[in-house]
Amino acid sequence: MSNMNEQMAAKYKNNFLKEIEEQAEMGDWVKMCMQCGVCSGSCPTNFHAGWDHPPQEIFMMIRAGKREEVLTSNSMWQCTSCYNCYVRCPRKVPITHIMHGIAEYAYRLGLAPKMQPSLHLSQTFWNNATKHGRVNEVQLTQSLYFKDGIGAGIKKAMEMKDVALGLVKAKRLNIMEALGGGHKCKDVDGIHKMLAKAKELEAKRKAGKAAGA
Amino acid sequence: MARKEYAFYPGCSSQKGASASNYLTSVESMCKTLDIKITEIPDWNCCGASISYAEAGELPRHAMNARNFALAESNLPGQDIVATCAACWLGARESKERLEHNDRLMADTQEALKEAGLNIKTIPEIKHMVEVLIEDLGYDELKKPVKKPLNGMKFAGYVGCQTNRPFGIHGESFENPVYLDKLIETVGGEATPYDQKVTCCGGALAFSEPDKAQAQIKDIIEAAYDSGAEMLVTPCPLCQANTEVYQGQINKKYGTKFQMPVLYYSQLMTLAYGGSAKEAGLDGNVIRARKLEEFAGK
Ligand code: SF4
Ligand code: SF4
Ligand code: SF4
Ligand code: SF4
Repeated sequence: MSNMNEQMAAKYKNNFLKEIEEQAEMGDWVKMCMQCGVCSGSCPTNFHAGWDHPPQEIFMMIRAGKREEVLTSNSMWQCTSCYNCYVRCPRKVPITHIMHGIAEYAYRLGLAPKMQPSLHLSQTFWNNATKHGRVNEVQLTQSLYFKDGIGAGIKKAMEMKDVALGLVKAKRLNIMEALGGGHKCKDVDGIHKMLAKAKELEAKRKAGKAAGA
Repeated sequence: MARKEYAFYPGCSSQKGASASNYLTSVESMCKTLDIKITEIPDWNCCGASISYAEAGELPRHAMNARNFALAESNLPGQDIVATCAACWLGARESKERLEHNDRLMADTQEALKEAGLNIKTIPEIKHMVEVLIEDLGYDELKKPVKKPLNGMKFAGYVGCQTNRPFGIHGESFENPVYLDKLIETVGGEATPYDQKVTCCGGALAFSEPDKAQAQIKDIIEAAYDSGAEMLVTPCPLCQANTEVYQGQINKKYGTKFQMPVLYYSQLMTLAYGGSAKEAGLDGNVIRARKLEEFAGK
């Protein structure tokens, strides 16, 4: 993984903006930012407090070539996908997608913060959703609670006990899903083949861009 | 023949026994009254939602949505897709837009779909259930079947993020959308002046950053009480769950005494159309809506 990081850094030399443009989803929009700051003021208040660098700053740092600082940042992982910035930006920069795109790229390079909770959620969610084609809510909840080990998991599970019991009573949490019942697609096999192909094609496209860099 | 027919994309949360199963129950009752036929897309899959961005990357996410498009197109030709979950709707629309504007992405997606024996000719239109109600039917049509108006009941219309941004409902503003208020009034209820209607509840990050999300949710509920509302109404399963199920924890943490039922627009409509508590899925509310249960029994 860190190998890939070195390769990419070498390929794009000192042009971090170009690296983001070619490797991060919607990264080619970063240059459109005029630094007005509207996006930074648009993040949900209590999440805003967690941003080391709000979007406007991230975009400035990309242009300034602060590669390490951007890619290892905790910031992008605070995005709730609320699209508030997105609809307000005067330059129509698709900020939400760029935040996700940079985060995904940082993860691909092995630079994302270790044990970042939203990264863990993203991994767990996608793996859960694609295993059978549909989300198994009980197993999803279990893997989320036990991420910090069994002790912490049980403590969290106890805290969440009332929430879960309420849902069970209201028939909105199906315990059978924990045992591998629950919702599944019929053509799981086809889904897995399709996703393997999609992954392969995406890797090829991105490698092609880096080769031309 | 029903007056309108759609390929239905319920999403993971609206299946039987899942977290928004009561949404599904009330949508089915509502559609029956309105003579709207919704047919589940055979073998549909999860769209991945926004949060999967890091693990999934771009193409695999579009491929998941594309599979649903292809299944809808071949099994339910000519029908628009309708989703009830804001996140499903958003994810599907995003994929549609990207694929239609990027030939390379479309070609790659088709190649991936081939592995599952599918392919896309034309991507169907993708609507949220609210769009079906407002744009395809219209408020007048929604009002006609009202048998029991929800007179004297006060609701705060919590629109949230993803039914509102970035696509939103046609003709509505991002900062102050009024469609939910209008739906509340259409069924005879009173929509309170509510200033947190488009505040984000934290979305999926309610799992990964619970303290920050619960602080958001606290503001959302508090403002609903301040507006004089007795209940909250939402168009999105995740908004519903987030604003309902954490109230107990918020009470413990902040010493508040929140106990506000959170309903779907489709539950109000089902009740106003004369449906029973069961048909409206009221038994699925964790914080019971006693006032509505009584109303339904009358
Ligand atoms: S709102 Fe748009 S233009 Fe303004 S700082 Fe943010 S990204 Fe740049
Ligand atoms: S979408 Fe993300 S970056 Fe944009 S305002 Fe919301 S939380 Fe902030
Ligand atoms: S957005 Fe949520 S409910 Fe919709 S399909 Fe995806 S996981 Fe399931
Ligand atoms: S309000 Fe919350 S759950 Fe609803 S769409 Fe926004 S982030 Fe998602």
